[in-house]
Amino acid sequence: MVSLNSYLILGAMLFSIGAVGVFTQRNALIIYMCIELMLNAVNLTLVAFSRFLNNLDGHVFVFMIMTVAAAEAAVGLSIIISLFRNKPTVNVDDINLSKG
Amino acid sequence: MEQVMSTINLSAIYPEIILTCFSLLILLMQSFSTPRFKEYYGYVSLVGVLAALAFVVMEPSSFFAQTVVYSFNDMWVVDNYARFFKLIFLLGTGLTILISMKYLEDEAMQYGEYFALILFATIGMMIMASAGELITLFLGLELMSLSLYVLAGYTRVRMVSNEAALKYFILGSFATGFLLYGIALIYGSTGTTSIRAVAASVGKYGLYSPGLVMGMAMLVVAFGFKAALVPFHMWTPDVYEGAPAPITAFMSAGPKAAAFAAFARVFMEGLPALQMEWTWLIWIMAALTMTIGNVIALVQDNIKRMLAYSSIAHAGYVLVAFLAAGELGISSVLYYLLTYTFMNIGAFAIITALSGRGEPRVFVRDYQGLGFQHPFAAVAMSLFLFSLAGIPPTGGFMGKFYIFSAAVKEGYIGLAVIGVVNSVVSVYYYLRVTVAMYMEEPSSVREAEAAAPIFSPALVIAIFISAYGVLSLGLFPSSYVAIVKQSFLALQ
Repeated sequence: MVSLNSYLILGAMLFSIGAVGVFTQRNALIIYMCIELMLNAVNLTLVAFSRFLNNLDGHVFVFMIMTVAAAEAAVGLSIIISLFRNKPTVNVDDINLSKG
Repeated sequence: MEQVMSTINLSAIYPEIILTCFSLLILLMQSFSTPRFKEYYGYVSLVGVLAALAFVVMEPSSFFAQTVVYSFNDMWVVDNYARFFKLIFLLGTGLTILISMKYLEDEAMQYGEYFALILFATIGMMIMASAGELITLFLGLELMSLSLYVLAGYTRVRMVSNEAALKYFILGSFATGFLLYGIALIYGSTGTTSIRAVAASVGKYGLYSPGLVMGMAMLVVAFGFKAALVPFHMWTPDVYEGAPAPITAFMSAGPKAAAFAAFARVFMEGLPALQMEWTWLIWIMAALTMTIGNVIALVQDNIKRMLAYSSIAHAGYVLVAFLAAGELGISSVLYYLLTYTFMNIGAFAIITALSGRGEPRVFVRDYQGLGFQHPFAAVAMSLFLFSLAGIPPTGGFMGKFYIFSAAVKEGYIGLAVIGVVNSVVSVYYYLRVTVAMYMEEPSSVREAEAAAPIFSPALVIAIFISAYGVLSLGLFPSSYVAIVKQSFLALQ
Protein backbone atom coordinates (compact mmCIF):
# COMPACT_ATOMS: atom_id res chain seq x y z
CA MET A 1 0.00 0.00 0.00
CA VAL A 2 1.26 3.45 -0.89
CA SER A 3 1.99 5.45 2.23
CA LEU A 4 0.37 8.75 3.16
CA ASN A 5 3.69 10.53 2.84
CA SER A 6 4.01 9.66 -0.84
CA TYR A 7 0.67 11.28 -1.58
CA LEU A 8 1.53 14.34 0.47
CA ILE A 9 4.90 14.78 -1.22
CA LEU A 10 3.32 14.43 -4.66
CA GLY A 11 0.68 16.97 -3.64
CA ALA A 12 3.31 19.40 -2.36
CA MET A 13 5.35 19.01 -5.56
CA LEU A 14 2.35 19.65 -7.81
CA PHE A 15 1.40 22.66 -5.71
CA SER A 16 4.91 24.08 -5.96
CA ILE A 17 5.05 23.54 -9.72
CA GLY A 18 1.78 25.40 -10.04
CA ALA A 19 2.85 28.24 -7.75
CA VAL A 20 6.17 28.71 -9.55
CA GLY A 21 4.40 28.56 -12.91
CA VAL A 22 2.10 31.44 -11.97
CA PHE A 23 5.15 33.68 -11.62
CA THR A 24 7.28 32.41 -14.50
CA GLN A 25 4.73 31.93 -17.29
CA ARG A 26 3.70 34.87 -19.48
CA ASN A 27 0.62 33.44 -21.15
CA ALA A 28 -2.60 34.18 -19.23
CA LEU A 29 -4.09 30.81 -20.19
CA ILE A 30 -1.06 28.87 -19.00
CA ILE A 31 -1.05 30.87 -15.77
CA TYR A 32 -4.65 29.82 -15.31
CA MET A 33 -3.69 26.17 -15.92
CA CYS A 34 -1.01 26.51 -13.23
CA ILE A 35 -3.65 27.74 -10.78
CA GLU A 36 -5.81 24.74 -11.64
CA LEU A 37 -2.79 22.53 -10.97
CA MET A 38 -2.51 24.07 -7.50
CA LEU A 39 -6.17 23.37 -6.80
CA ASN A 40 -5.81 19.77 -7.93
CA ALA A 41 -2.74 19.32 -5.74
CA VAL A 42 -4.95 20.40 -2.85
CA ASN A 43 -7.61 17.92 -3.91
CA LEU A 44 -5.06 15.11 -3.91
CA THR A 45 -3.83 16.10 -0.45
CA LEU A 46 -7.36 16.27 0.90
CA VAL A 47 -8.36 12.90 -0.50
CA ALA A 48 -5.21 11.29 0.88
CA PHE A 49 -5.81 12.75 4.34
CA SER A 50 -9.45 11.75 4.17
CA ARG A 51 -8.57 8.17 3.29
CA PHE A 52 -5.95 7.83 6.00
CA LEU A 53 -8.00 9.56 8.71
CA ASN A 54 -11.07 7.46 7.82
CA ASN A 55 -13.08 10.65 7.77
CA LEU A 56 -15.39 11.76 4.96
CA ASP A 57 -15.05 15.54 5.42
CA GLY A 58 -12.12 15.67 3.03
CA HIS A 59 -14.05 13.93 0.25
CA VAL A 60 -16.93 16.38 0.62
CA PHE A 61 -14.53 19.28 0.51
CA VAL A 62 -13.01 18.00 -2.74
CA PHE A 63 -16.43 18.09 -4.41
CA MET A 64 -16.89 21.67 -3.26
CA ILE A 65 -13.47 22.63 -4.63
CA MET A 66 -14.20 21.02 -8.00
CA THR A 67 -17.50 22.87 -8.27
CA VAL A 68 -15.94 26.19 -7.38
CA ALA A 69 -13.04 25.57 -9.79
CA ALA A 70 -15.55 25.05 -12.58
CA ALA A 71 -17.25 28.35 -11.77
CA GLU A 72 -13.86 30.01 -11.58
CA ALA A 73 -12.95 28.67 -15.02
CA ALA A 74 -16.13 30.18 -16.48
CA VAL A 75 -15.40 33.59 -14.96
CA GLY A 76 -11.69 33.53 -15.75
CA LEU A 77 -12.04 32.52 -19.38
CA SER A 78 -14.72 35.12 -20.00
CA ILE A 79 -12.49 37.80 -18.48
CA ILE A 80 -9.68 36.72 -20.84
CA ILE A 81 -12.07 36.79 -23.82
CA SER A 82 -13.39 40.26 -23.01
CA LEU A 83 -9.81 41.48 -22.72
CA PHE A 84 -8.90 39.81 -26.02
CA ARG A 85 -11.68 41.76 -27.75
CA ASN A 86 -10.04 45.04 -26.77
CA LYS A 87 -6.48 43.99 -27.40
CA PRO A 88 -5.69 40.72 -29.17
CA THR A 89 -3.10 39.34 -26.79
CA VAL A 90 -2.93 36.85 -23.95
CA ASN A 91 0.60 37.79 -22.93
CA VAL A 92 0.53 39.38 -19.49
CA ASP A 93 3.56 41.54 -20.31
CA ASP A 94 1.46 43.41 -22.88
CA ILE A 95 -1.26 44.11 -20.34
CA ASN A 96 0.34 47.00 -18.51
CA LEU A 97 -1.81 50.13 -18.57
CA SER A 98 -1.69 50.73 -14.82
CA LYS A 99 1.76 51.51 -13.52
CA GLY A 100 3.19 53.39 -10.61
CA MET B 1 -23.85 33.77 27.57
CA GLU B 2 -26.69 31.52 26.55
CA GLN B 3 -26.07 29.09 23.73
CA VAL B 4 -28.86 27.71 21.63
CA MET B 5 -27.99 24.39 20.03
CA SER B 6 -29.89 22.83 17.22
CA THR B 7 -28.94 20.97 14.11
CA ILE B 8 -30.83 23.01 11.54
CA ASN B 9 -32.23 26.38 12.29
CA LEU B 10 -33.37 28.06 9.09
CA SER B 11 -34.04 31.38 10.75
CA ALA B 12 -30.27 31.72 11.21
CA ILE B 13 -29.85 32.25 7.48
CA TYR B 14 -32.92 34.39 6.75
CA PRO B 15 -30.85 37.47 5.78
CA GLU B 16 -28.85 35.45 3.25
CA ILE B 17 -32.00 33.80 1.89
CA ILE B 18 -33.66 37.18 1.44
CA LEU B 19 -30.68 38.65 -0.39
CA THR B 20 -30.48 35.59 -2.65
CA CYS B 21 -34.18 35.94 -3.53
CA PHE B 22 -33.72 39.60 -4.37
CA SER B 23 -30.69 39.01 -6.55
CA LEU B 24 -32.55 36.28 -8.45
CA LEU B 25 -35.52 38.62 -8.78
CA ILE B 26 -33.28 41.25 -10.36
CA LEU B 27 -31.90 38.69 -12.79
CA LEU B 28 -35.47 37.72 -13.72
CA MET B 29 -36.46 41.36 -14.17
CA GLN B 30 -33.48 41.73 -16.48
CA SER B 31 -34.51 38.70 -18.54
CA PHE B 32 -38.24 39.19 -18.85
CA SER B 33 -38.95 42.88 -18.53
CA THR B 34 -39.12 45.79 -20.89
CA PRO B 35 -36.09 48.11 -21.03
CA ARG B 36 -38.16 50.70 -19.17
CA PHE B 37 -37.63 48.64 -15.99
CA LYS B 38 -33.93 49.25 -15.90
CA GLU B 39 -34.21 52.26 -13.63
CA TYR B 40 -35.70 50.09 -10.91
CA TYR B 41 -32.95 47.48 -10.46
CA GLY B 42 -31.15 49.74 -8.01
CA TYR B 43 -34.26 50.41 -5.94
CA VAL B 44 -35.22 46.73 -5.83
CA SER B 45 -31.76 45.79 -4.58
CA LEU B 46 -31.94 48.56 -1.97
CA VAL B 47 -35.20 47.10 -0.68
CA GLY B 48 -33.46 43.71 -0.45
CA VAL B 49 -30.56 45.21 1.50
CA LEU B 50 -32.93 46.94 3.94
CA ALA B 51 -34.97 43.75 4.47
CA ALA B 52 -31.80 41.77 5.09
CA LEU B 53 -30.62 44.45 7.52
CA ALA B 54 -33.82 44.11 9.54
CA PHE B 55 -33.43 40.34 9.69
CA VAL B 56 -29.77 40.54 10.68
CA VAL B 57 -30.77 42.55 13.73
CA MET B 58 -33.90 40.60 14.64
CA GLU B 59 -33.38 36.95 13.64
CA PRO B 60 -33.03 34.33 15.06
CA SER B 61 -32.97 36.40 18.24
CA SER B 62 -32.51 40.08 18.89
CA PHE B 63 -29.06 41.65 18.70
CA PHE B 64 -29.31 42.68 22.34
CA ALA B 65 -30.31 39.24 23.62
CA GLN B 66 -26.65 38.19 23.35
CA THR B 67 -27.42 34.65 22.26
CA VAL B 68 -25.14 32.58 20.07
CA VAL B 69 -27.02 30.37 17.65
CA TYR B 70 -25.34 27.42 15.96
CA SER B 71 -27.04 25.86 13.00
CA PHE B 72 -26.39 23.21 10.36
CA ASN B 73 -24.28 21.07 12.69
CA ASP B 74 -22.02 23.93 13.74
CA MET B 75 -21.31 24.95 10.16
CA TRP B 76 -23.07 28.23 10.76
CA VAL B 77 -22.70 30.60 13.69
CA VAL B 78 -24.84 33.65 14.36
CA ASP B 79 -23.32 35.68 17.16
CA ASN B 80 -23.07 39.41 17.68
CA TYR B 81 -19.62 39.40 16.13
CA ALA B 82 -21.04 38.02 12.87
CA ARG B 83 -24.04 40.34 13.12
CA PHE B 84 -21.89 43.42 13.49
CA PHE B 85 -19.88 42.50 10.43
CA LYS B 86 -23.06 41.84 8.48
CA LEU B 87 -24.25 45.32 9.39
CA ILE B 88 -21.00 46.75 8.02
CA PHE B 89 -21.35 44.74 4.77
CA LEU B 90 -24.97 45.72 4.24
CA LEU B 91 -24.19 49.34 4.98
CA GLY B 92 -21.37 49.29 2.43
CA THR B 93 -23.60 47.57 -0.11
CA GLY B 94 -26.45 50.02 0.40
CA LEU B 95 -24.17 53.04 -0.03
CA THR B 96 -22.56 51.47 -3.09
CA ILE B 97 -25.95 50.90 -4.72
CA LEU B 98 -26.88 54.54 -4.05
CA ILE B 99 -23.74 55.86 -5.74
CA SER B 100 -23.94 53.36 -8.62
CA MET B 101 -27.33 54.20 -10.09
CA LYS B 102 -26.45 57.47 -11.78
CA TYR B 103 -22.99 56.23 -12.71
CA LEU B 104 -24.41 53.28 -14.63
CA GLU B 105 -26.91 55.51 -16.41
CA ASP B 106 -24.07 57.77 -17.59
CA GLU B 107 -21.99 54.84 -18.75
CA ALA B 108 -25.07 53.36 -20.49
CA MET B 109 -24.46 50.09 -18.67
CA GLN B 110 -27.68 49.71 -16.70
CA TYR B 111 -27.90 45.95 -16.51
CA GLY B 112 -29.46 43.91 -13.74
CA GLU B 113 -26.36 41.73 -13.46
CA TYR B 114 -24.47 44.57 -11.83
CA PHE B 115 -26.81 44.76 -8.85
CA ALA B 116 -27.28 41.00 -8.71
CA LEU B 117 -23.51 40.52 -8.55
CA ILE B 118 -23.17 43.14 -5.81
CA LEU B 119 -25.81 41.29 -3.80
CA PHE B 120 -24.12 37.93 -4.45
CA ALA B 121 -20.81 39.37 -3.25
CA THR B 122 -22.56 40.62 -0.13
CA ILE B 123 -24.03 37.19 0.52
CA GLY B 124 -20.52 35.73 0.20
CA MET B 125 -19.18 38.19 2.76
CA MET B 126 -22.03 37.40 5.14
CA ILE B 127 -21.26 33.69 4.81
CA MET B 128 -17.62 34.41 5.64
CA ALA B 129 -18.61 36.31 8.78
CA SER B 130 -20.90 33.50 9.97
CA ALA B 131 -18.78 30.52 8.96
CA GLY B 132 -18.21 28.05 11.77
CA GLU B 133 -16.43 25.66 9.47
CA LEU B 134 -13.55 26.07 7.06
CA ILE B 135 -15.56 24.64 4.14
CA THR B 136 -18.30 27.23 4.65
CA LEU B 137 -15.67 29.92 4.91
CA PHE B 138 -14.14 28.84 1.60
CA LEU B 139 -17.50 28.84 -0.17
CA GLY B 140 -18.34 32.30 1.14
CA LEU B 141 -14.96 33.64 0.13
CA GLU B 142 -15.30 32.26 -3.39
CA LEU B 143 -18.84 33.57 -3.84
CA MET B 144 -17.53 37.00 -2.89
CA SER B 145 -14.36 36.80 -4.98
CA LEU B 146 -15.97 35.46 -8.16
CA SER B 147 -18.59 38.22 -8.08
CA LEU B 148 -15.89 40.83 -7.55
CA TYR B 149 -13.74 39.57 -10.45
CA VAL B 150 -16.67 40.17 -12.77
CA LEU B 151 -17.55 43.53 -11.22
CA ALA B 152 -13.96 44.79 -11.54
CA GLY B 153 -14.19 44.20 -15.29
CA TYR B 154 -17.76 45.41 -15.56
CA THR B 155 -17.09 48.34 -17.90
CA ARG B 156 -15.88 45.88 -20.47
CA VAL B 157 -15.20 48.30 -23.31
CA ARG B 158 -12.50 49.95 -21.21
CA MET B 159 -9.16 48.19 -21.48
CA VAL B 160 -8.04 49.33 -18.03
CA SER B 161 -11.10 47.72 -16.48
CA ASN B 162 -10.38 44.42 -18.27
CA GLU B 163 -6.85 44.58 -17.07
CA ALA B 164 -7.99 45.11 -13.49
CA ALA B 165 -10.30 42.10 -13.73
CA LEU B 166 -7.57 39.84 -15.13
CA LYS B 167 -5.01 40.84 -12.51
CA TYR B 168 -7.53 40.49 -9.72
CA PHE B 169 -8.65 37.12 -11.04
CA ILE B 170 -5.17 35.64 -11.37
CA LEU B 171 -3.86 36.82 -8.01
CA GLY B 172 -7.18 36.11 -6.29
CA SER B 173 -7.30 32.50 -7.50
CA PHE B 174 -3.65 32.12 -6.58
CA ALA B 175 -4.54 33.18 -3.03
CA THR B 176 -7.45 30.74 -3.05
CA GLY B 177 -4.98 27.94 -3.80
CA PHE B 178 -3.01 28.90 -0.68
CA LEU B 179 -6.17 29.09 1.42
CA LEU B 180 -7.17 25.60 0.32
CA TYR B 181 -3.75 24.11 0.89
CA GLY B 182 -3.70 25.67 4.35
CA ILE B 183 -7.11 24.21 5.15
CA ALA B 184 -6.01 20.81 3.82
CA LEU B 185 -2.95 20.80 6.10
CA ILE B 186 -5.01 21.85 9.12
CA TYR B 187 -7.53 19.15 8.29
CA GLY B 188 -4.74 16.60 8.03
CA SER B 189 -3.27 17.63 11.39
CA THR B 190 -6.49 17.81 13.38
CA GLY B 191 -8.89 15.55 11.47
CA THR B 192 -11.63 18.15 11.30
CA THR B 193 -12.59 21.31 9.42
CA SER B 194 -14.88 22.77 12.06
CA ILE B 195 -13.24 25.85 13.58
CA ARG B 196 -14.32 25.01 17.12
CA ALA B 197 -13.29 21.38 16.75
CA VAL B 198 -9.88 22.47 15.45
CA ALA B 199 -9.47 24.60 18.57
CA ALA B 200 -10.57 21.72 20.78
CA SER B 201 -8.23 19.30 19.06
CA VAL B 202 -5.25 21.66 19.25
CA GLY B 203 -6.02 22.45 22.89
CA LYS B 204 -6.61 18.85 23.94
CA TYR B 205 -3.57 17.19 22.46
CA GLY B 206 -1.33 20.24 22.62
CA LEU B 207 -0.83 19.38 18.99
CA TYR B 208 2.22 21.03 17.58
CA SER B 209 2.87 19.47 14.21
CA PRO B 210 4.78 21.07 11.33
CA GLY B 211 1.67 20.54 9.20
CA LEU B 212 -0.43 22.70 11.48
CA VAL B 213 2.12 25.53 11.51
CA MET B 214 2.49 25.31 7.73
CA GLY B 215 -1.28 25.40 7.37
CA MET B 216 -1.48 28.48 9.57
CA ALA B 217 1.21 30.22 7.50
CA MET B 218 -0.70 29.42 4.29
CA LEU B 219 -3.86 30.92 5.81
CA VAL B 220 -1.92 34.09 6.66
CA VAL B 221 -0.86 34.34 3.00
CA ALA B 222 -4.43 33.81 1.77
CA PHE B 223 -6.04 36.31 4.12
CA GLY B 224 -3.15 38.69 3.46
CA PHE B 225 -4.05 38.66 -0.24
CA LYS B 226 -7.73 39.19 0.39
CA ALA B 227 -7.20 42.02 2.89
CA ALA B 228 -4.35 43.55 0.77
CA LEU B 229 -1.58 43.37 3.37
CA VAL B 230 2.06 43.94 2.41
CA PRO B 231 3.78 41.89 0.92
CA PHE B 232 0.59 40.52 -0.71
CA HIS B 233 -0.77 43.88 -1.86
CA MET B 234 0.56 44.09 -5.44
CA TRP B 235 -2.85 43.69 -7.07
CA THR B 236 -4.58 46.41 -5.05
CA PRO B 237 -3.51 49.64 -6.81
CA ASP B 238 -4.02 48.27 -10.32
CA VAL B 239 -7.42 46.78 -9.50
CA TYR B 240 -8.65 49.84 -7.61
CA GLU B 241 -7.54 52.11 -10.44
CA GLY B 242 -9.07 50.06 -13.23
CA ALA B 243 -12.38 49.06 -11.67
CA PRO B 244 -15.40 51.38 -12.03
CA ALA B 245 -15.34 53.98 -9.22
CA PRO B 246 -18.40 52.67 -7.29
CA ILE B 247 -16.97 49.15 -7.40
CA THR B 248 -13.65 50.43 -6.05
CA ALA B 249 -15.61 51.94 -3.16
CA PHE B 250 -17.37 48.63 -2.63
CA MET B 251 -14.17 46.55 -2.77
CA SER B 252 -12.27 48.73 -0.35
CA ALA B 253 -14.96 48.50 2.34
CA GLY B 254 -16.88 45.23 2.44
CA PRO B 255 -14.53 42.52 1.14
CA LYS B 256 -11.67 43.88 3.19
CA ALA B 257 -13.81 43.79 6.32
CA ALA B 258 -14.94 40.27 5.38
CA ALA B 259 -11.35 39.10 5.10
CA PHE B 260 -10.64 40.50 8.56
CA ALA B 261 -13.82 38.91 9.93
CA ALA B 262 -12.76 35.46 8.76
CA PHE B 263 -9.12 36.07 9.69
CA ALA B 264 -10.04 36.96 13.27
CA ARG B 265 -12.49 34.10 13.64
CA VAL B 266 -10.08 31.46 12.41
CA PHE B 267 -7.12 32.74 14.38
CA MET B 268 -8.82 33.84 17.61
CA GLU B 269 -11.33 31.03 17.83
CA GLY B 270 -9.59 28.20 15.98
CA LEU B 271 -5.86 28.64 16.49
CA PRO B 272 -5.38 30.62 19.73
CA ALA B 273 -2.93 27.93 20.86
CA LEU B 274 -0.57 28.99 18.08
CA GLN B 275 -0.59 32.64 19.06
CA MET B 276 3.14 32.61 19.79
CA GLU B 277 3.75 31.52 16.21
CA TRP B 278 1.75 34.17 14.44
CA THR B 279 2.35 37.18 16.67
CA TRP B 280 5.78 38.08 15.24
CA LEU B 281 4.59 37.33 11.70
CA ILE B 282 1.68 39.75 12.02
CA TRP B 283 3.86 42.33 13.81
CA ILE B 284 6.14 42.54 10.77
CA MET B 285 3.23 42.55 8.32
CA ALA B 286 1.47 45.35 10.22
CA ALA B 287 4.58 47.55 10.30
CA LEU B 288 5.30 46.96 6.60
CA THR B 289 1.68 47.44 5.54
CA MET B 290 1.33 50.80 7.26
CA THR B 291 4.68 52.14 6.08
CA ILE B 292 4.70 50.97 2.47
CA GLY B 293 1.06 51.94 1.91
CA ASN B 294 1.59 55.48 3.17
CA VAL B 295 4.97 56.10 1.55
CA ILE B 296 3.88 55.03 -1.95
CA ALA B 297 0.63 56.99 -1.61
CA LEU B 298 2.68 60.17 -1.25
CA VAL B 299 3.70 60.19 -4.91
CA GLN B 300 0.39 59.21 -6.56
CA ASP B 301 -1.38 61.64 -8.88
CA ASN B 302 -4.34 59.45 -9.68
CA ILE B 303 -6.72 59.86 -6.77
CA LYS B 304 -8.16 56.34 -7.08
CA ARG B 305 -4.66 54.93 -6.96
CA MET B 306 -3.81 57.16 -4.02
CA LEU B 307 -6.83 55.88 -2.10
CA ALA B 308 -5.81 52.31 -3.00
CA TYR B 309 -2.46 52.78 -1.27
CA SER B 310 -4.24 54.56 1.54
CA SER B 311 -6.53 51.55 1.93
CA ILE B 312 -3.45 49.33 2.22
CA ALA B 313 -2.18 51.61 4.99
CA HIS B 314 -5.54 51.47 6.76
CA ALA B 315 -5.47 47.67 6.63
CA GLY B 316 -2.15 48.00 8.46
CA TYR B 317 -3.78 50.01 11.25
CA VAL B 318 -6.51 47.39 11.57
CA LEU B 319 -3.82 44.72 11.75
CA VAL B 320 -2.25 46.52 14.72
CA ALA B 321 -5.55 46.27 16.59
CA PHE B 322 -5.91 42.66 15.47
CA LEU B 323 -2.51 41.89 16.98
CA ALA B 324 -3.43 43.60 20.24
CA ALA B 325 -6.35 41.12 20.39
CA GLY B 326 -8.26 41.08 23.65
CA GLU B 327 -11.44 43.03 24.20
CA LEU B 328 -10.05 46.45 23.35
CA GLY B 329 -8.17 45.18 20.29
CA ILE B 330 -11.02 43.36 18.57
CA SER B 331 -13.50 46.09 19.54
CA SER B 332 -11.29 48.66 17.87
CA VAL B 333 -11.03 46.46 14.75
CA LEU B 334 -14.83 46.53 14.54
CA TYR B 335 -15.03 50.26 15.29
CA TYR B 336 -12.38 51.11 12.73
CA LEU B 337 -13.88 48.98 9.97
CA LEU B 338 -17.27 50.66 10.50
CA THR B 339 -15.68 54.11 10.35
CA TYR B 340 -13.63 53.17 7.33
CA THR B 341 -16.75 52.04 5.48
CA PHE B 342 -18.36 55.44 5.97
CA MET B 343 -15.35 57.60 5.16
CA ASN B 344 -14.02 55.66 2.23
CA ILE B 345 -17.35 55.18 0.46
CA GLY B 346 -18.06 58.85 1.13
CA ALA B 347 -14.82 59.88 -0.56
CA PHE B 348 -15.52 57.56 -3.49
CA ALA B 349 -19.03 59.00 -3.83
CA ILE B 350 -17.47 62.40 -4.57
CA ILE B 351 -14.93 60.81 -6.93
CA THR B 352 -17.79 59.05 -8.76
CA ALA B 353 -19.66 62.32 -9.14
CA LEU B 354 -16.66 64.18 -10.49
CA SER B 355 -15.08 61.50 -12.66
CA GLY B 356 -17.30 62.03 -15.69
CA ARG B 357 -18.23 59.54 -18.37
CA GLY B 358 -15.38 57.08 -18.94
CA GLU B 359 -13.66 58.42 -15.82
CA PRO B 360 -11.20 60.89 -17.35
CA ARG B 361 -11.17 63.21 -14.32
CA VAL B 362 -9.60 61.19 -11.54
CA PHE B 363 -6.38 63.15 -10.99
CA VAL B 364 -5.54 65.49 -8.13
CA ARG B 365 -5.27 68.41 -10.58
CA ASP B 366 -8.92 67.90 -11.53
CA TYR B 367 -9.84 68.96 -8.01
CA GLN B 368 -8.27 72.40 -8.35
CA GLY B 369 -10.71 75.14 -7.47
CA LEU B 370 -13.49 72.74 -6.56
CA GLY B 371 -14.00 74.62 -3.28
CA PHE B 372 -15.31 77.65 -5.21
CA GLN B 373 -17.26 75.91 -7.95
CA HIS B 374 -18.93 73.23 -5.81
CA PRO B 375 -18.63 74.20 -2.15
CA PHE B 376 -20.89 71.40 -0.95
CA ALA B 377 -18.85 68.66 -2.62
CA ALA B 378 -15.58 70.19 -1.49
CA VAL B 379 -16.68 70.42 2.16
CA ALA B 380 -17.86 66.81 2.13
CA MET B 381 -14.66 65.62 0.44
CA SER B 382 -12.56 67.50 2.99
CA LEU B 383 -14.51 65.92 5.83
CA PHE B 384 -13.87 62.41 4.48
CA LEU B 385 -10.20 63.13 3.83
CA PHE B 386 -9.73 64.59 7.34
CA SER B 387 -11.33 61.48 8.72
CA LEU B 388 -9.04 59.23 6.66
CA ALA B 389 -6.08 61.24 7.93
CA GLY B 390 -7.32 60.87 11.49
CA ILE B 391 -7.97 64.51 12.38
CA PRO B 392 -10.58 65.27 15.10
CA PRO B 393 -13.57 65.57 15.39
CA THR B 394 -14.08 62.76 12.90
CA GLY B 395 -14.60 59.02 13.30
CA GLY B 396 -11.19 58.31 11.81
CA PHE B 397 -9.56 60.05 14.76
CA MET B 398 -11.50 58.08 17.36
CA GLY B 399 -10.85 54.82 15.51
CA LYS B 400 -7.10 55.41 15.43
CA PHE B 401 -7.20 56.53 19.05
CA TYR B 402 -8.78 53.23 20.12
CA ILE B 403 -6.39 51.18 17.98
CA PHE B 404 -3.25 52.77 19.31
CA SER B 405 -4.43 52.73 22.92
CA ALA B 406 -5.20 49.01 22.53
CA ALA B 407 -1.71 48.46 21.11
CA VAL B 408 -0.05 50.36 23.96
CA LYS B 409 -2.13 48.54 26.55
CA GLU B 410 -1.03 45.16 25.21
CA GLY B 411 2.62 46.22 25.14
CA TYR B 412 3.07 46.79 21.39
CA ILE B 413 4.54 50.24 21.95
CA GLY B 414 6.96 50.05 19.01
CA LEU B 415 4.10 49.25 16.66
CA ALA B 416 1.98 52.07 18.08
CA VAL B 417 4.83 54.53 17.47
CA ILE B 418 5.22 53.33 13.86
CA GLY B 419 1.47 53.73 13.43
CA VAL B 420 1.35 57.28 14.78
CA VAL B 421 4.33 58.35 12.64
CA ASN B 422 2.59 56.84 9.64
CA SER B 423 -0.65 58.65 10.24
CA VAL B 424 1.31 61.91 10.42
CA VAL B 425 2.91 61.08 7.06
CA SER B 426 -0.50 60.31 5.60
CA VAL B 427 -1.78 63.81 6.41
CA TYR B 428 0.42 65.12 3.59
CA TYR B 429 -1.26 63.32 0.73
CA TYR B 430 -4.79 63.71 2.06
CA LEU B 431 -4.31 67.44 2.55
CA ARG B 432 -2.80 67.77 -0.92
CA VAL B 433 -6.29 67.21 -2.33
CA THR B 434 -7.83 69.71 0.09
CA VAL B 435 -5.17 72.27 -0.80
CA ALA B 436 -5.92 71.74 -4.49
CA MET B 437 -9.61 72.26 -3.84
CA TYR B 438 -9.29 75.50 -1.87
CA MET B 439 -5.98 77.15 -2.69
CA GLU B 440 -5.28 76.49 -6.34
CA GLU B 441 -6.85 78.00 -9.43
CA PRO B 442 -8.23 75.59 -11.98
CA SER B 443 -6.25 75.74 -15.21
CA SER B 444 -8.47 77.33 -17.84
CA VAL B 445 -8.02 74.58 -20.42
CA ARG B 446 -9.15 71.82 -18.13
CA GLU B 447 -12.04 73.88 -16.85
CA ALA B 448 -13.33 74.39 -20.35
CA GLU B 449 -13.25 70.72 -21.26
CA ALA B 450 -14.57 69.52 -17.91
CA ALA B 451 -18.15 68.42 -17.77
CA ALA B 452 -20.14 69.57 -14.76
CA PRO B 453 -20.13 67.02 -11.94
CA ILE B 454 -23.34 65.10 -11.58
CA PHE B 455 -25.03 65.00 -8.23
CA SER B 456 -28.06 62.78 -8.43
CA PRO B 457 -30.41 62.67 -5.40
CA ALA B 458 -29.30 59.12 -4.56
CA LEU B 459 -25.65 60.16 -4.58
CA VAL B 460 -26.37 63.15 -2.34
CA ILE B 461 -28.20 60.88 0.10
CA ALA B 462 -25.19 58.53 0.17
CA ILE B 463 -22.86 61.47 0.87
CA PHE B 464 -25.11 62.69 3.68
CA ILE B 465 -25.33 59.24 5.30
CA SER B 466 -21.54 58.86 5.11
CA ALA B 467 -20.93 62.34 6.50
CA TYR B 468 -23.39 61.72 9.31
CA GLY B 469 -21.66 58.41 10.11
CA VAL B 470 -18.19 59.93 10.11
CA LEU B 471 -19.25 62.83 12.35
CA SER B 472 -21.35 60.84 14.80
CA LEU B 473 -18.62 58.20 15.17
CA GLY B 474 -16.23 61.02 15.96
CA LEU B 475 -18.45 63.12 18.24
CA PHE B 476 -20.55 60.52 20.06
CA PRO B 477 -18.42 57.38 20.12
CA SER B 478 -19.75 55.97 23.39
CA SER B 479 -22.96 54.43 22.03
CA TYR B 480 -21.05 52.79 19.18
CA VAL B 481 -18.41 51.53 21.60
CA ALA B 482 -21.12 49.87 23.68
CA ILE B 483 -22.42 47.98 20.62
CA VAL B 484 -18.91 47.07 19.53
CA LYS B 485 -18.09 45.66 22.97
CA GLN B 486 -21.20 43.46 22.90
CA SER B 487 -20.10 42.18 19.50
CA PHE B 488 -16.69 41.31 20.82
CA LEU B 489 -18.09 39.32 23.74
CA ALA B 490 -19.65 36.93 21.28
CA LEU B 491 -16.27 35.83 19.98
CA GLN B 492 -15.18 34.57 23.41
